[in-house]
Amino acid sequence: MAIDKNSTGYTFLFSIAMVVVVGTALAFTALSLKDRQDANAADKKMIDILGAIGVDADRSNASDIFAEYVVERIAIDLEGKQVSSTKSPVNPKDKTDPFSIDVKKDYRSSVKSAAKAADGDDAALMAALADEGLTFPLFQCVTDDDQNLFVIPIVGSGLWGPIWGYIALEDDMTTIFGAKFDHKTETPGLGAEIRESFFTEKFKGKKLDVEGAALFSVLKGGAATDEYSVDGITGGTITSKGVDEMMNRTLKVYLRYFQSETRAQR
Amino acid sequence: MSTETAAATAKKESLFSKKNRRLLSDPLDDSNPITVQVLGICSALAITVQLQQAVIMSLSVLFVMIGGNVIVSLLRNMIPDRIRIIVQLVIVASLVIIVDQVLKAFQPDISEKLSVFVGLIITNCIIMGRLEAFALANKPGPSFLDAIGNAMGYAWILLAVSVVQRFLVAERFPCLEWDKSSFSPPVGS
Repeated sequence: MAIDKNSTGYTFLFSIAMVVVVGTALAFTALSLKDRQDANAADKKMIDILGAIGVDADRSNASDIFAEYVVERIAIDLEGKQVSSTKSPVNPKDKTDPFSIDVKKDYRSSVKSAAKAADGDDAALMAALADEGLTFPLFQCVTDDDQNLFVIPIVGSGLWGPIWGYIALEDDMTTIFGAKFDHKTETPGLGAEIRESFFTEKFKGKKLDVEGAALFSVLKGGAATDEYSVDGITGGTITSKGVDEMMNRTLKVYLRYFQSETRAQR
Repeated sequence: MSTETAAATAKKESLFSKKNRRLLSDPLDDSNPITVQVLGICSALAITVQLQQAVIMSLSVLFVMIGGNVIVSLLRNMIPDRIRIIVQLVIVASLVIIVDQVLKAFQPDISEKLSVFVGLIITNCIIMGRLEAFALANKPGPSFLDAIGNAMGYAWILLAVSVVQRFLVAERFPCLEWDKSSFSPPVGS
């Protein structure tokens, strides 16, 4: 062969060509599959939201059942003011639809660091996030027996990575109707147990302590619980604390909305 | 025998000559990648909790294995020696990303269950081992067969273990059955 394939120049050229070819191939694959993946992610989101109000759905019927139970989708801002709302069918491609608000992305890009700095101080957190223009989605659902429910997505950090979930509140805005949690990389058998029903069942019927220091507490394993707290997962302390943190931080935003709305109704 | 006829016979050597057939059959028993060479056992243990996962995982490994072996074999005279491992890694990693993306698009539920294990195909010793030991020194045809042989050797162990697991645990000892959706063993290669 005329070219010395072990020369430095050839090695560099080969690497550059390889990166270009591989990069193009992967970019093409990602782009051509993106629509399907987004549709799958939207289905998954609907299944999770329905799970929080105790309705089972699978990928084949998620959007139909979602349309049946979720009557209104509302976006609110950090101060609890309503920004927009819609009752039209979900269009995952419509970026202005509250359904499309990517709370995980917001959490990664700004809320996470701000929440860490504020360390539970809600006023400090509000000040830090005031200029971010964040919106928070709220899903109003009606059950089979005509009960109004509000589903709130929450995102936070566990021990190893992100954790997230959905909390469904009854229309007194303080009673928890149901909860659903999931995680990316928590420890199996310990923190990963937050997704199991034995843990989420504990939230049903509990209340948010609107007057107290903390809205809701996930206590360290074995501690006595009252109507404003649940028992955390033994051996999963940091994940349990993460659930506690994300619930308190996020629900405070929605509480501002509920309080202003209930005042308006009276 | 002149060199010319030797070259002619070599050229005519069919894709399914005895030597090439051994490439297919050996990894199934005598040099099985999992049971004899003890490679790729982490994913083999982790994935076998469900038959469906084992099938999808086997197909993914088959695809990556064939793609990697054939591409490396085609490029074997062009790959600079000093960066050959990196090149192999890039090829395998790209194929794995493609598999992962396709699963996410067409089999989202299984993709979720397999979670990290699809990504960890990259570190599956069987694949890098065959690229380095076989594809780098052989033509695409034999490399293709070698890939199928080894991937099938991996696949049938995976399937056998998951079938035994299913019948033994699920039907004989239902008390031992745990919620598999939440089960994911420690990660490693």
